[in-house]
Amino acid sequence: MTVHNPAPLLRVQGLTARFGRGAQPVVKGISFQIGAGEAVGFVGESGCGKSVTARALMRLAPEGSSVELGGSVLFQGEELLQLGENAICDIRGRRIAMVFQDPMASLNPVMTVGAQIDDIVRRHTGVGKLAARQRSISLLDQVGIRDAAQRANDYPHQFSGGMRQRVLIAMAVSCAPDLLIADEPTTALDVTVQAQILRLLMRLRHELGMALMLITHDFGVIAGMVERVYVMLDGEIVESGGVDAVFAAPQHSYTRALLDAVPRLHAPGERP
Amino acid sequence: MTTSTPLLSVRDLAVSFPGRNGGAPVRAVQGVSFDLDAGQTLGLVGESGSGKTTTGRAVLQLQAIERGSVHLLGRNLTTSSAAQVRGMRRHMQFVLQNPYSSLHPRMAIASILAEPLQVHRSVPRSAIPARVTELMELVGLDPGTLQRYPHEFSGGQRQRIVIARALAVHPDFVVCDEPVSSLDVRTQAQIVALLQSLQERLGLSYLFIAHDLAIVRHVAHRVAVMYGGHIVEMGDTAAVFERPGHPYTRCLLDSVPVPDPQLQRQRLAQVPLEPDFRAHAGGSGRCVFGHDHHDGPAWHWLGPGHGVSCRYWPPDLARPEPVPDPTG
Repeated sequence: MTVHNPAPLLRVQGLTARFGRGAQPVVKGISFQIGAGEAVGFVGESGCGKSVTARALMRLAPEGSSVELGGSVLFQGEELLQLGENAICDIRGRRIAMVFQDPMASLNPVMTVGAQIDDIVRRHTGVGKLAARQRSISLLDQVGIRDAAQRANDYPHQFSGGMRQRVLIAMAVSCAPDLLIADEPTTALDVTVQAQILRLLMRLRHELGMALMLITHDFGVIAGMVERVYVMLDGEIVESGGVDAVFAAPQHSYTRALLDAVPRLHAPGERP
Repeated sequence: MTTSTPLLSVRDLAVSFPGRNGGAPVRAVQGVSFDLDAGQTLGLVGESGSGKTTTGRAVLQLQAIERGSVHLLGRNLTTSSAAQVRGMRRHMQFVLQNPYSSLHPRMAIASILAEPLQVHRSVPRSAIPARVTELMELVGLDPGTLQRYPHEFSGGQRQRIVIARALAVHPDFVVCDEPVSSLDVRTQAQIVALLQSLQERLGLSYLFIAHDLAIVRHVAHRVAVMYGGHIVEMGDTAAVFERPGHPYTRCLLDSVPVPDPQLQRQRLAQVPLEPDFRAHAGGSGRCVFGHDHHDGPAWHWLGPGHGVSCRYWPPDLARPEPVPDPTG
């Protein structure tokens, strides 16, 4: 095919990550790309390096550690690994945003939810207090929080787990990022709430035209959400491909093992 | 259905917690009844806050109850003295969700596994080391690692240690509260397989509490669905999963992600059912199936051993076709 292939939004080449000089790398020279507006899934078990990879894209290290990165991360033509701290801060939250697994740990317990969103909006857009609050309220409304104007004055502990995750998503999309990284965004949630959050992510992706990098250990979560999948094992990408192809005919034995381990709700051949 | 007495029989169990700042008490469990036969697994599913963990704790007498009864092996635990309940504890054990917080970090595995044997004096002192080694082999761990500490084991291995500790005193009945939800999918499958093989070998009964319906489908013989402190549907696993009778059960089943891209896209594209099931709690007169249960329990049988609560029904949903009630 001779389709015009525009440069991808994100092109990662030979990315390595190690905790401290001389340590064994936890991400071992992986390469992948994400197109503008594309949804891509990363699947793997704990310790495979999927979360370290996601954080590396934003030059973030897991709490209490320092990480040494190598290789290349080209985002909209800019080499993120070479940027200064100020420049990377401008990209974080504004052009690449992230939603983490544990919403309570990601929110400040002594600040109202509205104030936390105001901060981000003001940091990146420079608007005044009143305008920021209006934007925060409309964001909370957009992620499906009822009585948003009132709820903006509530503290994180006054929200349920699912509602907190909505708040985090509102913060993440506040500056209409080009890439949203969601690291196990529904793992701690009930199935009904999980379905709501997945639908919300899908709706926002289409409304904002943003790319989505969805990281999970659950093939069921990936299935309906992304176009392509990367399977990670032990710091390396062992399989990649279109989501339908990978589910229908997994090539790597590890991918097969992961898919086989997913408990099925219905016996084969039975109607769901 | 069975003529013999069930191993565990729970009737009209209710638990309340005092309200905060003098507010109304929280009715966590309201009128829960079920039976569990020897060698069987009852899956207890529901969302967080539905009362499933409180039910498990109340059955084990770890939680003061408001009313109701719990019979294990023919003994009424709710009217037994504290000493009698302590004596019964070797028949009922607990496997908790988090294998990180349920093992003492400063005790070696050998001491962790020996402790229940010492407390219940179930084997002579001299036989304890042999029993501890046997337990390690039972759950598929290397007895050579007995002197190690919990932090030296992975999550799956720790959960195996927690299971070994629960089985140390030869219990008949184990409450497993979300035993695999903090583990990776492949480790989950291994632990589930271990629990199933132990059940076959030792004739154990499980009350298996989980929010993951797909896992419950695999392990449970019967399933009870909890919502707002009530059991809203209960029946044989195949019947409940294939012919769910209560709208809440259907809502739960529709939310489970399926590992099939085409199907999962369709499911996510559907408008979710989010009715308020509390709206029609209680009430009098005829139930949603058109029956008058008089003062009997608000429970409607759909088939042998498969029933739904006909009082807990969202008013904005179409009422079901009247069906004959086998008991009415």
